[in-house]
Amino acid sequence: MRLLCCYLSILFRSQMQYRTSFWLLATGQFFLPFTTLAGIWFLFDRFGSIRGWEFPEVAICFAVIHMAFAISECFARGFDTFSSLVVSGEFDRLLVRPRSTILQVLGSRFEFTRIGRLAQSLIVLIWAIAHASIDWTLLKGCTLVLMILSGTIIFAGIFILSATMCFWTVQGLEVANILTDGGKELAQYPLQIYERWVVRFFTFIIPFGCVNYLPLQYLLGRTDGHGLLYALTPLGGLVFFIPCLFIWRIGVRHYRSTGS
Amino acid sequence: MIELRHISKSFKVARRASGLASAFKALFSREYATVQALDDISFTIQPGEIVGYIGPNGAGKSTTIKIMCGILVPDSGECRIMGCTPWQDRASYVRHIGVLFGQRTQLWWDVPVMDSFEMLRDIYRVPRQEYRRSLEQLTETLELDGLLRTPVRQLSLGQRMRCEIAASLLHNPDILFLDEPTIGLDAMSKQAVRQFIRTINRERGVTVILTTHDMQDIEALADRIIMIGKGRLLVDGKLSELRSRFGSHKTITIDYRAPRSRTTAVRMMPELPGTQVLSMDEERAILLVDTERTNLSEVLGAVSSHLEVVDVSITGQPIEEIVLSLYKEHEL
Repeated sequence: MRLLCCYLSILFRSQMQYRTSFWLLATGQFFLPFTTLAGIWFLFDRFGSIRGWEFPEVAICFAVIHMAFAISECFARGFDTFSSLVVSGEFDRLLVRPRSTILQVLGSRFEFTRIGRLAQSLIVLIWAIAHASIDWTLLKGCTLVLMILSGTIIFAGIFILSATMCFWTVQGLEVANILTDGGKELAQYPLQIYERWVVRFFTFIIPFGCVNYLPLQYLLGRTDGHGLLYALTPLGGLVFFIPCLFIWRIGVRHYRSTGS
Repeated sequence: MIELRHISKSFKVARRASGLASAFKALFSREYATVQALDDISFTIQPGEIVGYIGPNGAGKSTTIKIMCGILVPDSGECRIMGCTPWQDRASYVRHIGVLFGQRTQLWWDVPVMDSFEMLRDIYRVPRQEYRRSLEQLTETLELDGLLRTPVRQLSLGQRMRCEIAASLLHNPDILFLDEPTIGLDAMSKQAVRQFIRTINRERGVTVILTTHDMQDIEALADRIIMIGKGRLLVDGKLSELRSRFGSHKTITIDYRAPRSRTTAVRMMPELPGTQVLSMDEERAILLVDTERTNLSEVLGAVSSHLEVVDVSITGQPIEEIVLSLYKEHEL
């Protein structure tokens, strides 16, 4: 953990060498999601509600997912751009250092400009919380934080999975973007509005549902009886993450036995 | 200390003909060719040795180094280094080695060198005192004083290489792998790097394994060379032994007035036993003569009777040519 902070600090100092570009990118990241949000708003403006979901409720969903995406893109960027690490041979360098590969790949890159996106979704979240009719309790607060954290972990898990593919293909696979960007686009609405199989896939395979509409039901007090169960669904993100780490280890072993 | 036994390693390489059509075809089906990168390599290196590991491009040098660093796993064979098998005990093993890839940097590009060093200290968990001691020593011997506060991207290649070497020694490794440490450096910087490698070998007893294409590096540093070609171990021996084996050879450089054409010059070169033409153009020829078989004056006499000689210089054979003739001998 301390080492991760060291990585953070050294990369932050590097980033600060390029201040203008940092501010420009961060500003861009700040405004980008507004276009999507505007789209959602127009939709609601026209139809009023979608399957019983009001705009502020969807906005919570939107904010949580975008925050999670921003945080995980900021921290797990190393995995997102992992193919360049393999192609340039930098990964060899990591292997001759006595620390875990996960930690070192994480530490190879942070994308600080995502702070812009984070700020934007925070504003949306605050607005949405103020306008949605939710009776806040401590547990609900915890659930909300848990949703964001768990979402971050799910995105990080997908980044790791796609990075692992590089051990076999060397080049990065855009396929994984279906899951990251696609997942982000999908999960900014409550999943309930989609077809059954989509809901199932994104609940049991890649558990966006666990950070999305299941806990949201609890926040809005729409659960019938099993409140606590719904409150804890974000932990599903962890369940997804562990096999990702496992697959990564297999990948590393494979790399060492073939690549040059 | 370092022991490799019967190490073999092969790679599968995708093969396809050039051109768009075949590139398209390769999208769906590919042919693979197996390249034998290493074939039954065995050697032992004692603590404190400096070994020059040489061979032409693609001979398998880097592969061997990567295996010894634990990055690659060989197909077969054993490798024990300081009691560890590199690819099995990676984390605990790499603590004891320093690795420098001359073509790649291990420093963080945009921050002062000092910051990178501190980062490496944390990665290797070097105790503060030990770190300070080794940093002081390195700063002194490599003359890094003025460089430590400069961002890496503003350093010249020579300055950077000195910092790279320091970086790979901060954690006091017992073995240092240097992959082309002097590539692209000017004569001065090369000198400095060689000097330093000798110093740490003598003072800290660091075992050094060095791959290079610059035979002057070998001449200045290595007591022993190991040569591989096409994945096979060809020569393993003391440099002095090699020298005496090829010591009877002299190189003669002859400058002459240009004859009418290159072909006439070629025709005019005498064919004597034990004489080999290394290079030749309109005004200069370089010959390699085995003095045990042909007398030098005989060669000179023969040349001057055909060509108008301007200048002649005779040198004992530099290591470069010894290696070159070794490559030729093994048909590399």
